[in-house]
Amino acid sequence: MITTSGLTLFGLGLGAAAILAVASKLLYVKEDPRIAQVEDLLPGVNCGGCGYPGCAGAATAIAAGKANPSVCVVADLEAMAAIAELMGQTIEEREPEIAFRDCTGGERAEERFAYSGIMDCQAAAMLHGGAKSCPEGCLGFGTCVAVCPFDAIHMGPEKLPVVDPNECRACGKCVEACPRGVISIVGITSRLLHLNEVTDCLAPCRQQCPGQIDIPRYIEQIKAGDYEGAVNTIRERNPLLMVCGRVCPRPCESVCRRGHVDSPVGINMLKRFVADRELHSGNRLPIPCAKETGHKVAVIGGGPAGLSCAYFLRRLGHNPTIFEAMPALGGQLRYGIPEYRLPKKDLDWEIQGILDLGVDIHLKRKFGRDYDLNTLKEDGFEAVFLGLGAWQASGMYAEGEDLEGVLGGIEFLTAHALGQTIDIGRKVIVVGGGNTAIDCARTCVRLGAEVTMLYRRTRAEMPANPEEIVGAEEEGVQFKFLAAPTRVIGDENGKATHLEFRMMKLGEPDDSGRRRPEPIEGSETLMETDFIIPAIGQKPDLSCLYDETVEKCPVETTRWQTIVADPDTLQTVVPGVFTAGDVFTGPDLVIAAVGDGRKAARSIHYYLQREGDIPIPPMVQRELIPYTLFKEVPGVQHSERANMPHMCHGDDRNCTFAEVEGALSEPEALTEANRCLHCGLTCYDRDMELPWKNEQELR
Amino acid sequence: MQEYFLLFIAAIFVNNIVLAQYLGNCPFIGTSKETSVALGMGGAVVFVAVMATAITWLVQEYLLSPLGLDFLQTLAFILVIASLVQFVEMFLKKMVPPLYKSLGIFLPLITTNCAVMGIALICQRKEFPLLKSVAFAAASGIGFMIALVVLAGIRERLEIRRVPRAMRGTPVGLVMAGLMSLAFFAFKGMI
Repeated sequence: MITTSGLTLFGLGLGAAAILAVASKLLYVKEDPRIAQVEDLLPGVNCGGCGYPGCAGAATAIAAGKANPSVCVVADLEAMAAIAELMGQTIEEREPEIAFRDCTGGERAEERFAYSGIMDCQAAAMLHGGAKSCPEGCLGFGTCVAVCPFDAIHMGPEKLPVVDPNECRACGKCVEACPRGVISIVGITSRLLHLNEVTDCLAPCRQQCPGQIDIPRYIEQIKAGDYEGAVNTIRERNPLLMVCGRVCPRPCESVCRRGHVDSPVGINMLKRFVADRELHSGNRLPIPCAKETGHKVAVIGGGPAGLSCAYFLRRLGHNPTIFEAMPALGGQLRYGIPEYRLPKKDLDWEIQGILDLGVDIHLKRKFGRDYDLNTLKEDGFEAVFLGLGAWQASGMYAEGEDLEGVLGGIEFLTAHALGQTIDIGRKVIVVGGGNTAIDCARTCVRLGAEVTMLYRRTRAEMPANPEEIVGAEEEGVQFKFLAAPTRVIGDENGKATHLEFRMMKLGEPDDSGRRRPEPIEGSETLMETDFIIPAIGQKPDLSCLYDETVEKCPVETTRWQTIVADPDTLQTVVPGVFTAGDVFTGPDLVIAAVGDGRKAARSIHYYLQREGDIPIPPMVQRELIPYTLFKEVPGVQHSERANMPHMCHGDDRNCTFAEVEGALSEPEALTEANRCLHCGLTCYDRDMELPWKNEQELR
Repeated sequence: MQEYFLLFIAAIFVNNIVLAQYLGNCPFIGTSKETSVALGMGGAVVFVAVMATAITWLVQEYLLSPLGLDFLQTLAFILVIASLVQFVEMFLKKMVPPLYKSLGIFLPLITTNCAVMGIALICQRKEFPLLKSVAFAAASGIGFMIALVVLAGIRERLEIRRVPRAMRGTPVGLVMAGLMSLAFFAFKGMI
């Protein structure tokens, strides 16, 4: 019995072994030995973050060359390098991507609706559409927290998910789970390329800012004491934060939701605060740039638009070269804004930061004289950016304005910035009511002149920044409102001695909403003067685009002497030639030039990467979103807006070009940051109980 | 015909291999995280169970029974099933790569699976003829597959629910399996 059973089992085993042996010989499939080796190197978590079924699947894909050695979202750099070495490849550190939540605070769904016990974002979105007040925002149930396999997300104090950048592996599980698309996996490149879309969480300030700066985010970072983070957030949209912190007229503050309660948050003061902190800290924050692409781009004009375009092109990995006609970079920032508003040494510091990224410059090289579009092409530039600016002062259309002693506002400021001495005499008349006019007036005050400003409307209609007007008044500039020049009277030497002007009255509002000034006949008056500065507008000087051989301008232009380009892509009629800044929009804000410079850089990036195909998102935001502009802002207590500190006072100011305005102190900045309501499209943070008990009752 | 119909119903619902007989719990918990994986595993179990039952039936009928070695049943079956699965894996890899791709990674898991072994042994205990054994094996395999897919569906939904940290993953999976088992008890007495 024992023998039989032993023999039987032995026989069975031998038979099976023999069959398997034969089978393994006959049915042998040659398999890449590297699969097993790669699998050993993978962490074996089987998380599926790579998109393959488990680590074995990933190993097969890597060995077959279908997947990158860095496909694993969990493996550290060491393991990746080992796998890459096995595959005979080297691993290059790629741009890190992490989950990014695009929704700012305020009241959230959980606080507003009970949802009959549903505690899941997806169910809430399906049943009720989620928080009814905002069609885009976070619902606050934290489904993303539940699905995160790496515990990298937690719910913050504002019922918003907070991503821990050190733990996040960009596996994308949270993106899949979120029914609202509030979370995305983005790297810095896609953030730089993103244009505002109406489905983004856009607070009114973000919609209004021509530079599309993520204002609520950087204020939130300031609030948390993360000043470096705030600088980096601003730099994703604006490389000239120190400049804008000083000179920006702050369109964002005009729509600030807190403005409906007391006064707008001092957004620009906060920008200046963090910018100055970096400036005075002595070391620059590192600015990450994408991998070199090797594309050469010519940026013509070193003003804000050109600097912005070059900066973003460099960050996107391209090689921009700036061509500047003047002896130094900065454009109107250097030659149009006086020292007391923007110290040249600070401007130099900021520009140097951009050049340090690896931007080449050629100074004193004038477009149209030293080179043109054709020679640039021959030199290997694959795209051209035209940021020529608006350097020609508009005339007064008054008789005798070509007499000696009359100099356009921008020409006067440029000459002064270049260090030329201009004989302005004792009595100066500045015509105009914009910032340039005030800059001219305050510069003349500092040169020791008595200045009278002539403006054809009233003080309320002046387009200049209010604090600039106040500054001018404090410095003793006389204002003559409702007066328009009609004639410049000169002496026998052709030198201007008097200005004749006519009084005006305000009539019906015109297209711009301002009341149109109408002349009062017979009110002509003479005013004695030594020097007249008409500063009533600027336009681009496009003469450089023409040359003797070609009659027609290569790019299309408008009757305002601006260049025609697609408003979304900023590409001119010549493929590969882009434009932005004053030469495209006409005289506009620094931040508008910076914003359009980024837009142009984005277009150039796609133009170079996709052979001319520049995608424009279908939901791109072009104007303010009406439903976000409500004026009723309940639940917010009054709080005083900080005042911009002045660094020099009274009569001292009239004889020095030292900077007038200063930066906020840290406690002041934190107080100001805490005034921010942290708005989303419709939500905002409330700091007191609503007068009604619950929102349902209200409904 | 009716006999086979009853056999199917009984094997799938009443005497479900996992939920009523508690065999094959390891792969039941292990491979029920995703429906697609569960389907693959279920398919593999059906396939292997049918093959294993047929071949063990032959071994029993023509080797063990004539020699009077019934007491070697378990030992011999383990040997045969293990070799068989290895062979099938090699065979599929070479001859039917698409099938190997969908079932391949599950086959080694089934080598020592008690569900497959159990099905073969139950057939012997009930003294089913060959055809009926194969039918029973197929039905039991399908029962396993159904239980697996249902649990995978539940666990997929559990993934995005708020489950206390200590209960996440396998613990709550086991609780769900228990509840499913209770639910399947409703089929008792149907036949």
